[in-house]
This record gives sequence, C-alpha cells and structure tokens, in this order.
Amino acid sequence: MEKISVLSNLAMPVMILIIVIYGIIQRNKVFDTFLDGAKEGISVVVNLFPTLVGLFLAVGTLRASGVLDFVIQIISPVLDYIKIPSEIMPLALLRPISGSSSIAVAVDIMKQFGVDSGLGIIASVIMGSTETTLYTIAVYTSAVGIKKTRFVLVASLIADIVGMLASVAICRFLSMSFS
Amino acid sequence: MLNILWPIFIIISFIYAIFFGNIENLNKSIFSSVEEAVNLSISLLGTMCLWSGIMQIARETTFVNKLSNLLAPVMKFLFPDVKKGSTIYQEISMNIIANLLGLGNAATPLGLKAMKSMQEENVDKDVLTNSMATLIVLNTASIQIIPSTVIAIRSSLGSTNPSIIIVPVWIATICAGVVGMLAVKFFIKIGK
Repeated sequence: MEKISVLSNLAMPVMILIIVIYGIIQRNKVFDTFLDGAKEGISVVVNLFPTLVGLFLAVGTLRASGVLDFVIQIISPVLDYIKIPSEIMPLALLRPISGSSSIAVAVDIMKQFGVDSGLGIIASVIMGSTETTLYTIAVYTSAVGIKKTRFVLVASLIADIVGMLASVAICRFLSMSFS
Repeated sequence: MLNILWPIFIIISFIYAIFFGNIENLNKSIFSSVEEAVNLSISLLGTMCLWSGIMQIARETTFVNKLSNLLAPVMKFLFPDVKKGSTIYQEISMNIIANLLGLGNAATPLGLKAMKSMQEENVDKDVLTNSMATLIVLNTASIQIIPSTVIAIRSSLGSTNPSIIIVPVWIATICAGVVGMLAVKFFIKIGK
C-alpha cells in the first residue's frame, strides 16, 4: 500500500522531469513550447464547459429527483451478489457510451461520497482506466468507411468489463475501498 | 447519442420528481449543477494547462518517435501481418505511444492514418482486417501512464492526494488491455 502510494506520487514528477530534460537535450525552447501547449489546455477546458453545464444539469436532476437512488435500489441485489457497489453502476453503464456524461456521473459520485472515499477512488480508477469505447469504434471505422466490424465491439466491451471489475477489486484489495 | 440520452434524463427526472414530491429539490439542483460546472471548469484549468504544456514538449521533440522503437516485441505479437519498418508499422507504434502519454490529440490522427494505410492494402474493403480490428480494440482500452483528466478532477474536488490512483489505474488498464488483446487473438483464431 505504501509502495503504491510512493510510486503513484513519483509518476507525474518523473514524467515531467524526463520530458523537460529530453526537450533541453533536443535544444527545444522548452518554456516557449510549454506556453504554446498550456494555451491549448485552456481551449480544451473552454470547449468542454458547455458540455459540462448540460450534463451536470442532467445528472443533477437525476440525483435530486430520486431517480438515481431508485435505479440503484433496483439493481443493487444483483450487484451485491458479484460484490460491486451499486452506486458505481450508473458510471459503469455510461462510461463506454459517453465520455462527458461519465465525467458528470463520476463527479457526482465523488461529491456525494467524498473524493477520497472508497467509492470516490473506485470511480476515479474506472474513469482513468477505461475509454469511451463506442465513440472510439465509431471514429475509427467511419474513417475508412467500414461497416462490418467483426468482433471489435464484443472484444472491446469484454475489456471494459474486465477493467471495471479490476478497478473495484484493486481498490478493495488495497483497502482503499468502502466496506 | 447524447441527443437521445440528455432529454431522456431530464424528462424522467421531471416526471419522477412530480410523482414523489421532489420538485423543490429538483429546482434547487438546477442552480447547483450549473454552479458545479463552473467551479469544476475553473479548477480544471490549472492541471489541464500544466499537462498540455508538458506534453507539447513531448510532441515537438522526437520523444514519441524514440519511445516507439521500444515497442518492437509487442508489435510483433499484436500485429504479425504488419512488416517492421513499414509506414503502417511506424504509424501504429506512434499511435500506441501517443496513447500511453495521454496525447489524445496526437494519437487519434496517427491511428486514423494507420487505418487508412491498412485499408489501401485491404482486399475486402467492407470488412476490417485482423490488424485493423486489433488497432481499434487497442485504442478502446485506455492505456495511459498519467490519467491526467481524472487527476485534475480529483484535485479540483479537494482530494488530499489526487494522484494516489495512478498505480491502481495502471493495474486495471493492464488487466483490461491484456484481456482485450487475448479476446482479439481468440476471435481471430476461431475465424470470426
């Protein structure tokens, strides 16, 4: 557990260090380059903002009206059986379909239960370890105009499910999880 | 997709709230959700700018190119049909590295280029080749060294240690990626 926390804490600083040093070796004007990229970061967030407003509204109303709790109540007996916290399920269902709405749901979970709570951590790990599968498949197949995608969807969804089960299992194992 | 989901969410919430007398909560949530979106976006700015800046350095140098050489053993297993040193080979391995570094903006164009090059060599233009299918599944598994967006979100929500999730994310991604690739190999083998 401690080693994992050390390694997690090292990852970002080490990555920054390696890339900056590599830039210097390549005689890149690293700070100017950094500024160029950072400006792009602003536009990423600005472009994301309208989407977030719309989806936070949708997820917020689902939560406030009681729909979310109702859905969780229905599915929890099944999920308890395979030891997945039912609060995570809305996230797991939306994650492969829509990137921005899964951000909204993940933020909702982190706010509701605490960002460093077991559920908050599980939601974070799921967000970090999975992709918007359906979107990716659509982009890649439509780029070459292919409709017969064979086993791609099945294989990707199998990987997603494994990723989510693994996220839950790891967080439980590392006792970062909620009991 | 959201053109369907979004209105459904809102309509269902509204109807449910009326039936169960939660209208006051629902009304409050409208304002608090919008405010939340503002708060999250403002605090996301810092981490996103920092990370995009650092990754710009990786993009402008030969960093991605250099790292893609390390992939040779993996490439041989995953893409046995792609000749080493060919343009397609280069594009695929650079796509994988760009994904690893979280350079979404760079990874997708590289991946699409590889798809187009492979389509040119494809005999049956309507069906994905084995290599194309493998590349897509690989891209749907988010293999990222630093899951920067989640870290940014966690830090904006006041986490005491936003990056604690990095190693768990690695383990989960590797599990998903390995299973995904084994599934691909299995389906190819049984001739699907």
